[in-house]
Amino acid sequence: MRIGVVTFPGSLDDSSALRAIRLAGGTPVPLFHASDDLMEVEAVVLPGGFSYGDYLRCGAISRFAPIMSSIIIAAEHGFPVLGICNGFQILCESHLLPGALTRNQGLHFVCTDQPLTVENISTPWTSGYALGQRLVIPIKNGEGSFQASAETLIELESEGRVALRYADKNPNGSKNEIAGITNARGNVVGVMPHPEQAVESLTGPSTDGLAFFTSILQSLVGR
Amino acid sequence: MATIVVEVMLKPEILDPQGQAVAAALPRLGFTFAKAVRQGKCFEIEVDGTPSAEQLSDIERAAETLLSNPVIETYVVRVGA
Amino acid sequence: MALDTVAIASEQPNTLQPWRELGLKEDEYSRIKEILGRRPTASELAMYSVMWSEHCSYKSSKVHLKQFGEKAPHSDALLVGIGENAGVVDIGQGYAVTFKIESHNHPSFVEPYQGAATGVGGIVRDILTMGARPIAVMDPLRFGLADAPDTRRVLPGIVAGVGGYGNCLGLPNIGGEVVFDETYAGNPLVNALCVGVMRHEDIKLATAHGTGNLVVLFGAKTGGDGIGGVSVLASETFASGKAAKRPSVQVGDPFAEKVLIECSLEIFAEDLVIGIQDLGGAGLSCATSELASAGSGGMSIQLDKVPLRDPSLSPEEILMSESQERMCAIIEPAKLSRFMKICKKWDVTATVIGEVTAGKHLEITFNGELIVDVPPRTVAHDGPVYNRPIAKPAYLDSLVPTELPTLDTPDAIKAELLSLIAAPNIADKSWVTDQYDRYVQGNSVLAQPEDSGMVRIDEQTHLGVAISTDANARWSYLDPYNGAKLALLESCRNIATTGAKPLAVTNCLNFGSPEDPGVMWQFAETVRGLADICLEMGLPVTGGNVSFYNQTGAVAILPTPVIGVLGVIQDVRARTKMGIPSAGLQLIQIGNTGDNFSGSEWAHLHGQMGDHAPTPDVGTEVRLIELLLEAQPLFESAHDLSDGGLAAALTEATLRNNIGATIGLPGEFIPGGVAAALFAETPGRVLIAVDPINLSALEVLAAKYEIPLHALGSTGGDALVINHASISLTELRAAYTETLPRLFG
Repeated sequence: MRIGVVTFPGSLDDSSALRAIRLAGGTPVPLFHASDDLMEVEAVVLPGGFSYGDYLRCGAISRFAPIMSSIIIAAEHGFPVLGICNGFQILCESHLLPGALTRNQGLHFVCTDQPLTVENISTPWTSGYALGQRLVIPIKNGEGSFQASAETLIELESEGRVALRYADKNPNGSKNEIAGITNARGNVVGVMPHPEQAVESLTGPSTDGLAFFTSILQSLVGR
Repeated sequence: MATIVVEVMLKPEILDPQGQAVAAALPRLGFTFAKAVRQGKCFEIEVDGTPSAEQLSDIERAAETLLSNPVIETYVVRVGA
Repeated sequence: MALDTVAIASEQPNTLQPWRELGLKEDEYSRIKEILGRRPTASELAMYSVMWSEHCSYKSSKVHLKQFGEKAPHSDALLVGIGENAGVVDIGQGYAVTFKIESHNHPSFVEPYQGAATGVGGIVRDILTMGARPIAVMDPLRFGLADAPDTRRVLPGIVAGVGGYGNCLGLPNIGGEVVFDETYAGNPLVNALCVGVMRHEDIKLATAHGTGNLVVLFGAKTGGDGIGGVSVLASETFASGKAAKRPSVQVGDPFAEKVLIECSLEIFAEDLVIGIQDLGGAGLSCATSELASAGSGGMSIQLDKVPLRDPSLSPEEILMSESQERMCAIIEPAKLSRFMKICKKWDVTATVIGEVTAGKHLEITFNGELIVDVPPRTVAHDGPVYNRPIAKPAYLDSLVPTELPTLDTPDAIKAELLSLIAAPNIADKSWVTDQYDRYVQGNSVLAQPEDSGMVRIDEQTHLGVAISTDANARWSYLDPYNGAKLALLESCRNIATTGAKPLAVTNCLNFGSPEDPGVMWQFAETVRGLADICLEMGLPVTGGNVSFYNQTGAVAILPTPVIGVLGVIQDVRARTKMGIPSAGLQLIQIGNTGDNFSGSEWAHLHGQMGDHAPTPDVGTEVRLIELLLEAQPLFESAHDLSDGGLAAALTEATLRNNIGATIGLPGEFIPGGVAAALFAETPGRVLIAVDPINLSALEVLAAKYEIPLHALGSTGGDALVINHASISLTELRAAYTETLPRLFG
């Protein structure tokens, strides 16, 4: 099962995302921003990092990369896409997901082992979790505060489109403690925490992130 | 040569921690005038000659698609010196 | 101003030159004239002045540093030694590791964020230049007292700068130090360590050979960063005082560096370069003269080809610019097109600026005019050497011993422990370290606050490396010779405590003014101690950095030799963590406690310094390391005892996983009683937790290595109980974690 990971200039967690796919049992496929060829992958991960230095706004320039035009078209037809951290920011900038990620309330970059609860298990990326399951997954970002208009928040909440929520404490001022959301169709998911950094007990605070990658493989098999 | 200025601000309803930090720092320095502070971005775009209507409308589109994120930001385009 | 050419310099020997303003001494200027047989051109003067500066030439430290060569132990692990951008050691399985620490102290005081950021950027490029992929960074930081106003100015900026640059590069920050002492007020220390890994065959050197090979500058464009005083050369007349002031602060662009790393690694993978050098301090002056000097000597450069961010720069300024994120490579002409193609893929600007020549001189032209014509060795390597006066400082004759504390009631124990662990030097540092990404790359096995940082090198074989940086500046102040030895031993112990075997040493020696004979004595003693201990331990020094002139007015900083030790671990899955993992374990202190309060955190808290550093017992320390490595499978947790003694170690070990402990301290057997057992900083001790069933096996091993074990108590519960003094973990955590957030927001 081929899962792609896009490397943009400044992507940092691309190698970890490729590893997570491998550990989950999939075939990781590196994709490069400058090509619009999806290399016959069946799902794609937009990894964390500081693409283009996050200089204009996080994800604002990557959104216009050739690979993104292919991904946007595919996603609109149900192709599974997971955006992690900077990848989530790119998905918001691409309008595949609503809202935006802004500067953390405390103004600091925050790297911590964050408790979370799973709020939606109907997406192909979260189907391996139990509803309400508690996870500990690292967050590490400077601009992770989820912001959206009141109408958008109502829409997200009423349609059950909040995928992950911060538990115990809100680390960055996100509206409604939102840590991750999905589009209406459920194929596009964006999360600020880094599941790819919680796939081995040796290097992560837990292995709670692995189910993102086993979920998508399961979903693709069952399709 | 003219300079076209695009000013981008966070929408009023969006949390602006940077502006808040400035607002909190001002009174510590004895400046008590500020009721609120919001921080934004400013782009100076140099063009040859007087900008044409077509150039200005292109810049409007650039401001809307790239320079700002309409989900959280507003922008103003003006022609400078 | 007209271009000052070699021809003009020969024709007009008496032109007044601002050598003094550029920091040269009169005899140094005379020596340049002697070398060249004429006065230097303005560009040559710029090059010599910066390359002969203390920072680049090590002119005050060289005579001492040569001991690292003279006393070097034989080591099969050392692949590249001192002298290159960074030393390289063999860690087995065909892997080579390179690591180095550098200081960026003064720039970080002037502009904390950019100073610290470019410090990280510079050391990462040094590691990259060796052909290695950078895999982790660490940052030992030192500040004035935590509640001093200047500390509030510089600390948040420095921490944000370290994080801002390192996080954006995707390098996990896995350790370091945050230390407060009043002598660092007005002179914070920002030391940055980077470690990188490569295959043996991929090692690259800074050398230019092969006549006709091309000199290529790639990376960021050159601007006016970091030129500072050299602008005096660009002014109409330097005497008029109208020098065009350029900023002396370099500004970093971590995104440009990240792209430069990926681009360079792709270039290395295709073996496209003969030699490579990064542009750091002294910019192109340093890179061209060092590359040429390490090669056959001949090189010609067309300075007007250098891509500029600021077209108004004069040739002298281009030579001196410290614009960041630039590299210089020597390439065979046949490989140029492939090289350029990779640069284009990563959007990196690359320009041929010259070539290797058959001659022996470095010749630089600007718009066709010859402006530099020098033997490169005289610029890069044959700078002045000073044997500066040395005198044992007078303060050493007026030291007073610490008053020994007595702690006779549970309330006194509790109050003293809570105030010690809340002291800024002991308190939880996560306010700082949570601003650093420790996870990126997915190979961080251990990161702060563990005893050493540990990174997995190979996912299949589980090979890994551990790194620790340590300094006890107060011990160095009391006894610089032994202080250096103790720092290295502590670093080795930190490595061994996590399960890795110490392999190689790097250092960053931060001192006051070398023109002060007392400071120079501290420096000489430090180097002598360090060279001796490396020989005794059989550990090679792979490189290092000296930072002088760290002082505010006449007050020098505490002598601060920061020692970095690299260790290797065959299977990272076997590493030992510092936190107590479960209840029902035995807590044991390995090693004896003495009444070592001088220079301790307890003494600092009570406004005392004391009068002597501990005397290192190298034989025992070596046996302790052997015991730690052999007994490691028996440990459930292990934590080195250092700053704050057993009190700090117990706090950290219990709070890590929120598992309490009950301790009985046999105070009467320890000189200094319970207070010493808790707060003395006797070296050579480790706190471990073991399963009771493994205790007899541990005792057998300890007897074999003749290392004493002391049973302290057992783990479990929700309090730390010491001789009937009960402190709930909630109370302990509050005292330990609230200090830094309260001070820095």
